Formats: sequence, structure tokens, C-alpha cells
Amino acid sequence: MNDVRIITGNEAAAQAVKLAKPGVIAAYPITPQTSLAELLSEYVERGELKAEYVRVESEHSSLTVCISASTVGARVFTATSSNGLLYMHEQLHWASGSRLPVVMCCVNRGVGAPWSIFNDQQDSFSQRDTGWIQIYCRDNQEILDTVIQAYRIAEEVYIPVMVCYDGFILSHTMMPVEIPDSGLIEKFLPPYRPHTILSSDDPKTINPVFFPSRRENSKGVLCDGYMEMRYKLQAAFEKSREIIVAASNEWAALTGRDHGGMIWEYKTEDAELVLTGMGSIATEATMAVDALRDERIRAGVVGIRTYRPFPKEDVAQAFKKAKAIVVFEKCISYGYEGGLCSDLKAAFYGTDVRAPIHNYIAGLGGRDVKTGELVDAARATLDTVGSGETGNKTIWLNCHTGIEAEDRG
Amino acid sequence: MQENIFKINEKEYILPGNRACQGCGLSLAYRYILKALRENTIVAIPPSCLCVLHGLYPTTSVIVPALNTTFASNAASASGIVAGLNALNIPDITVLALSGDGGTYDIGIQSLSGAAERNTDFIFACYDNEGYMNTGTQRSGATPMGALTTTTPVLTKQEPKKDFLKIMEAHHIPYLATVSPSYPIDLYEKFVKAKRIRGTRYIHIDTPCPPGWGYPVRDTVKVGKLAVETGLFILFEIENDRFRFTGRSKTIAERGKLTPLVNYVEKQGRFKKMSIEQLGTLQASVNSRWNECLKRAEG
Repeated sequence: MNDVRIITGNEAAAQAVKLAKPGVIAAYPITPQTSLAELLSEYVERGELKAEYVRVESEHSSLTVCISASTVGARVFTATSSNGLLYMHEQLHWASGSRLPVVMCCVNRGVGAPWSIFNDQQDSFSQRDTGWIQIYCRDNQEILDTVIQAYRIAEEVYIPVMVCYDGFILSHTMMPVEIPDSGLIEKFLPPYRPHTILSSDDPKTINPVFFPSRRENSKGVLCDGYMEMRYKLQAAFEKSREIIVAASNEWAALTGRDHGGMIWEYKTEDAELVLTGMGSIATEATMAVDALRDERIRAGVVGIRTYRPFPKEDVAQAFKKAKAIVVFEKCISYGYEGGLCSDLKAAFYGTDVRAPIHNYIAGLGGRDVKTGELVDAARATLDTVGSGETGNKTIWLNCHTGIEAEDRG
Repeated sequence: MQENIFKINEKEYILPGNRACQGCGLSLAYRYILKALRENTIVAIPPSCLCVLHGLYPTTSVIVPALNTTFASNAASASGIVAGLNALNIPDITVLALSGDGGTYDIGIQSLSGAAERNTDFIFACYDNEGYMNTGTQRSGATPMGALTTTTPVLTKQEPKKDFLKIMEAHHIPYLATVSPSYPIDLYEKFVKAKRIRGTRYIHIDTPCPPGWGYPVRDTVKVGKLAVETGLFILFEIENDRFRFTGRSKTIAERGKLTPLVNYVEKQGRFKKMSIEQLGTLQASVNSRWNECLKRAEG
């Protein structure tokens, strides 16, 4: 009998954490992550989840607690949003540099200043280069399934995983979610084995100062320098693609639910107009595609599920037949364009993908994104095909860009 | 549990050839700390002189397991070690977070206060060398008034040292103590005692630093003793909110007399620009704190 409940995205994440049974949880409240931190403390206090819950005084400390507990050998979990994630920045690097399989949910929210408690993806996007795997979910079921997959991936490649989902749009919206039974989790998720043990039996100083060059240990063996350690992280990222796909496939075989490993596709078989994005905006793009198809426009969606490692080969293949590409993003690299757009262009370089690419910056700070706006944007992009206009554009969707002095404040 | 020099654990946990400076007060203190805590200790280390002392990868001269973390996070890192050990049901391990004054008074205060408020089961020890010595003697919240540092290079530090022990005392933790490597038996006893207590234990180590304080490397023990003789640094412990003098400070309190502060100040190059007014202010604050301690010891 399937256990299907109508729950929020935060509860889906909490249920997944309960199933993954971390030994240590550390969290600090921030909107819209809060109910996730609350639910987990309730599970722990009710004895439904046997874990040490460290109610820390900051996000910097929540990730630090996870880092050290993971070093000792415990499975760990934390979650945050927005400025909380930014406050963790230093420790994000420390976790990945230490090659620890920390799993974190980032409930995506705009960052200050000015303050916004509402959704966009500038928070996790701005942490793109911290050495974390980033997976973006498009509905609550995927949140639950991805958190469990995240442990499997992280503990296999020793890279921390950030499971990202849109604040309020998913975190506070109820949807039916199937909760797997714990027997299935045991089959899918083997126990965590730390790569280095912090023990008196074999005392080591972990993460001391490294020199630029390789140095010999006391037995005369030449050991890694800083650069070799960095290379190994990159090499593990390259290898992680197949692990992410395998975890997704195996999960699909066990549950019948396939969210895609690196990317997912919707009606792309014959699509000449391809819409793309990450998270819930990509879900909305599927509705835009249905509307476009009603107009006999052959449209489809390629959703980016895993943003780091970047699915470079998958996208080169998936966009091969596109005549026009529309990238919807809830974040921007100031002074250039949306980061996903840049990454796609780089992945297309030297391939057959030559279609014009329009980049729409949308929904910042929770600005509503309507399906009709995506339809219009996609249609406008398609209209440029054959018009002789080949240039790539960055357009702010549903934003009053005629900003003059009178609009300030 | 009164120990004497013959009862001190003979095993060495810091092997010869560590990377601390000559005459380092920290390496002296650390040697006795580890002797007191023995095996089954995990040390949490921030970037600091201690990190340097532990050596460059892939060699170390310290034979206890140790985990480096970032500057602000040492108490949180130790909290994570404690939580992880609890989660894995690994008992009887002493977790020691050892930070300098920067990692305690300044950048580390948030995570330390949080861990102490949660009464995390660990020892946090601050080796206070009164400045950012690892980066070359910059001013910290622990630098005394009148000291020259590389960021107070002309006028000397104008503000008094933060009264950090009061801050820690306000957390009402089970054990708080001060130690000096110049009095190793007192130091050793307090760490042995702290090891047996559960909850947050805070130990403050006065840590003379030859390059940072400007005195000859052979004088570390002497300078540390003068700090105690002058009453600038008082050896005491507070157990369950009860104050008690210990060691040399106890003797002075019972039947001795404080040495004038000028004897301590004149030994150190960092105080060469200290004004008479500053010395007077410092002496007054030493006197008032000493009297306060005398009252507490009686009460």
C-alpha cells in the first residue's frame, strides 16, 4: 500500500531526512527554510528520528557542526536559504575541500540588499563555485527523492550535495508525495563510510597547512600538494556525473519515479523551440510548451536538474535539433547574463548547436512568473529565427526597466 | 587529586621539532595540556599559532588526532565532533578546542558563546598571547592598553583588554579556570580536573610570546611568573559559580604581596611607549580586580 500524503516541499525534505537517518542535524532558522528545521526538531524530540540535533547560533556554525560530525563518521544534514547560505560561504568551501558528504537543502530565496523573503535562485547560484554538487528540484516528490539520492551520491564521490528548491513555490505549497518505506531506503542507501578516521588509534592532523609543492612524508613517500588536492576534487566532479545518473536510474527502478539524472526533457522529440531553466520555472515552462503546441508551435523543455557538475554533454545532445533556445533564469551574474545561459553557450561551443539564445531574467525576489509571459517570450525568440537577427539577448521579464531617477526608492 | 611533578604523565604527545617559535609559551602549555588529557583526546584547531605548531602536510610532531577548521568556527567544530561521537556512540573521548585570543575574544566569540550556552560537552581553552601573533603581532581585543602592535604602531593600543573571563563566567558553565605555562603543575591539575567534568569547561591560558611581546626567548617562564606575581594574571578556578584562588595566586592572597606592575611592563619591548598615565590606569585596574577576587574568595 503506497503511503501518499499531501505535504509541503519542506515536509517532503524532512520526510526524506527522516528516512536517510542522519546521526547529526544542525540548523539555524531562516525563511523559507524554517518549517524544515522545525519538523526535524519535532521528529527528534518525539523520538521518531534518532539524531543529535544541534540548535546552533548561526548558519556558519550549522555547517561547521556538520563538517566536523561528518569527519568523525556521522551522516549529517543541514538546510538554509538566502543570506544564511551566504553566511555559510566559507564553510561551503571547507566542506568540499575536506571531501565530506554533507547534504544540505537550499530553499531558494532572493538575497539582500534590499531584503526579500521571496523566491529566486541568486543564493545557490552565487555559491556555484564552492565545490558542491547542485541539484534543482521541480516538485515536492522530486525533493523527497532527491534528498535520498543526494546521500547516495555524496557518500560515493565524497562531494557535498546541495538540494535546491524554490522557496514558497515549493517549500510552502502542498502536493501529493509518496513516502517510500524504510526497507527500500536500506536497499538504496548503504551506510556512510568516512574516508579518514579521526581517532586516537591512528592520530592524524586533518587539513593542516599545505605547501605549493608536493612534499615527502616521514617514510619518504611523496604526497599531494594543494594543487593535487584541488585536481582530485575536480576529477571527482567529472566522475560524479555517472554516479548521479546511476543513482537516479536505480531509484527509478525501485520506485518507478525518474526525475532525470542530469537533465530532463518534455516534448523535445520534434521540438524546434526549446525552453530551459532550473527548478519550478522549468515546470512552468512545460505548461508554456503545452500552450505553444496548441498554436502548432513545436516547442519542448529541457530542464536542468544538475547544475554542478554541469551536464555539458547532455545539453549538447538535447539541444541539437533546436532552432531557437529560451533560457529562463531566476538569477544573474551581474555585468554579464544569467549563469545558466553562459554555461549553455560554453557547452554548445564547437558543437552543432548554433541556434539563437535568448536569456530571460525572471521572477527575482518572488515576482510572479505567469505561463503566458513564458509563452510570449518563447514566441518572440522563435520570431527572430530567419529574421537575420542572430544576436543573443538578455531580457528582464515583467520588469519595469525604464528606470529613471524617479523610480529609485 | 593533588599532583606533584613526579605524578605528571611521562608520555610526550608533542615530539621534538615542532614549528612553534623559540620560547613559545603555547608549546610549553600544550605539552602539559596533552599530558593531562592523555590519549582519547581530539583537538579542534583554528588557523593560528597552534595550526603552525602542528606542522606542514604531510608531517606533524603532535600525536593526537586533530581537526583544523576556519577561524570563526572552532567551538562549532568541536561541537560537531562531540555530536558526531555521540551519534556513533563513541564514549570517553575528550574534545578540546584550543584557540588563540583572536579566535576566542574576537572572531570566535559567537561560536564559543553558542557552544557554551548549549553547555556542549567539551573543553575550550584560549591561549591568550594578547594579539594576532601568527600574522605578525596585530592588535586584538585581548591586547592590553599601552602595547605596541603592528596595527597600533605609533600610539599604542588606547583601549583596555576585554574582560573575557567575565563574559565566560556569565555563561554559568560548570568549570572555568585560568592557567599559566610558568606554573605547569597548576595547569596540569586543572586540565586533569576539567577532563573529569561534563559540560562546557573554559580554561584561559596566559601565553607569553617572545616575538610579539618583545623579550628574550629564555625569559618566557619568567615573564609568565611576573604576570602572576604582579596580579595582572590571577590563577583561579570557578566551579559551579564558586571562586577559588589556586597555586601561586593563592599563596599571594593568603600571605604575600603583589609586585608592582612596572616590573612586568619594563621587561617587554611592546610596552616601551606606554605612558605613565597608561601604567597608572593599568595598575589601578589590576588592584581593583585583585581586591574583587580577594572578596570573592572570602565570600
